[in-house]
Amino acid sequence: MTTSAAVQTTTNRLTFAAIEAGQGLNAALKQPPADALRQVAFSGLRGRGGAGFSTSLKWELAAKSAGERKYVVCNADEGEPGTFKDRVILADFADLVFEGMTIGAWVIGAAHGIVYLRAEYTYLRPHLEAVLQRRRDAGLLGSAVAGQNGFAFDIAIRMGSGAYVCGEETALIESLEGQRGEPRNRPPFPIDTGFLGNPTIVNNVETFAWVTCILAKGADWFKGLGTEKSTGHKLFSVSGDCARPGVYELPMGITVAELLEEVGGEAAKAVQIGGAAGQCVPAARFDRTIAYEDIPTGGSVIVLGPQRDLLRMSRNFLEFFLEESCGQCTPCREGIPKLLEGVELLQNGRCSMTYLEELCGLGETMQQASKCGLGQSAPNALLSIVEHFQDEILGRVVAKRPPARRERTA
Amino acid sequence: MLLTERERLREELLQLIGQIGRDRSALLPLLQEVQRKYCHISEYCMQVIADLLDIHPVEVHSVVSFYSFLDERPQGQFVIRLCRTATCDMAGKDHVARQLRNDLRIGFGQTTPDGKFSLDWANCLGMCDQGPAMLVNERIFTRVTPEKVHGILAECRQMFGAHATSSPKERQI
Ligand SMILES: Cc1cc2nc3c(=O)[nH]c(=O)nc-3n(C[C@H](O)[C@H](O)[C@H](O)COP(=O)(O)O)c2cc1C
Ligand code: SF4
Ligand code: FES
Repeated sequence: MTTSAAVQTTTNRLTFAAIEAGQGLNAALKQPPADALRQVAFSGLRGRGGAGFSTSLKWELAAKSAGERKYVVCNADEGEPGTFKDRVILADFADLVFEGMTIGAWVIGAAHGIVYLRAEYTYLRPHLEAVLQRRRDAGLLGSAVAGQNGFAFDIAIRMGSGAYVCGEETALIESLEGQRGEPRNRPPFPIDTGFLGNPTIVNNVETFAWVTCILAKGADWFKGLGTEKSTGHKLFSVSGDCARPGVYELPMGITVAELLEEVGGEAAKAVQIGGAAGQCVPAARFDRTIAYEDIPTGGSVIVLGPQRDLLRMSRNFLEFFLEESCGQCTPCREGIPKLLEGVELLQNGRCSMTYLEELCGLGETMQQASKCGLGQSAPNALLSIVEHFQDEILGRVVAKRPPARRERTA
Repeated sequence: MLLTERERLREELLQLIGQIGRDRSALLPLLQEVQRKYCHISEYCMQVIADLLDIHPVEVHSVVSFYSFLDERPQGQFVIRLCRTATCDMAGKDHVARQLRNDLRIGFGQTTPDGKFSLDWANCLGMCDQGPAMLVNERIFTRVTPEKVHGILAECRQMFGAHATSSPKERQI
């Protein structure tokens, strides 16, 4: 059990706690960048921010990309509802994150690192600045990192200003450039046209911390954990109706039932996996596994007890997306309010089957046609609830409002 | 606003730009600093910043209006942001919201007449294991209950009072 600097969050035993600062970086700097990259590739590590893109492939492309100036960006915008593992990592294991960024810089040949920290986590900033300063004083950041002449790298912290969509990597870069956080068209990808047009890798906080562990403990160790396509362990942020909410390190490929047992949530009727952008898994499917090949997630696990109203939750998510959509493209901007209206109809017991089918069709269009992951995933929760919980959402009878009390005529 | 105050503000912005930089990517850090200091970013500030960065004021405005932590209208010394997202909703955020409204006598999106408190919603604050969660300026409160609200407000008035983000005078600008 560890406690984060800010507030206590329960955790199980975390690998990060057993890694000494310096282990990973020293191992990386003993080999040429290409060999360090090979280690990351062999480990099979995929991005821990949600999308699950191969970390080594991203780094390889950035390493090959032509450009004098390159950037390593740590995505600490953690905004997906139900996610708080990055907060715990930053509070307790910031060294591992900065070290992972330094290893990334070694691999791709970057001299500049940026942590994009969400405004809501401003209270973590003094701690992070202190860790950075300590690393500079120890020669682990600066003009010759760990005594390596010719390898200069330093990290600056930049703050977000309260916009979920800035967690999307191209919106994040727009924001760094002093613009509205509106996602860009891709391609070009940040690995060749990133911050200020330079090759840039953007990775999640947890991804960088695992890179450090992989270099410290060996790629074999990591590859031996999890499943074939989803190697390693993953941190899960568990909240909702369970006895022991908190941050859990568990192997990829674990079933939902196993996870629930670990956190004391066996009574759940459903679990929302992947946050507002994720899907709602019913009890009958708790044998499904959490892995890129089945249910992918950035780590958000919301346990829903028997008493929970799933429509209320999906409405909450849609209100969230309505507010956070950047409004740039039509399927997302126009689709979200329509879905929200539909949920209101369902809540009032006034939605016909035909209309519900039309709504689902709209949801599928949004998944296909939206420009970024926000609009693409906004319909997910509702669609999965419609698929699995028709008995709960259809034909609702709404309690009539009690008749107004007649005014007393004195 | 008095001319001298405008001049003072312009001087201060110039100084800030000296520290932070005058290229476009300095815009957000600049705006964040102005927000922190003056509890909002006035039209005049936006104009001066645009002028100094050599961009159109509309550009500055479009950035300010995009981000929920940047405000065009003056906010209170203490900005209270209650999380309204899923798990905090499950944990009873509605009851906390009601108590905040009762004790502050304002609604969400409003500021008390004395300029001390603003009340607003936030989306997931990353404290979902300990909801309902609430930010007061930069400080996080967890497991907030209606009973705890009064104590938190009282603490704001006392403890933060000494090093509050700005004086009411600065806020007028
Ligand atoms: C709307 C939206 C929000 C996102 N928010 C985050 C976030 O807060 N943190 C994060 O690491 N990735 C977030 N992502 C994913 C990033 O775009 C990107 O895939 C990720 O930072 C890559 O890092 P990784 O490969 O290490 O996971 C978000 C994506 C979208 C579409
Ligand atoms: S999908 Fe939504 S958030 Fe993404 S670019 Fe389109 S409007 Fe913006
Ligand atoms: S849902 Fe309130 S802090 Fe995450």
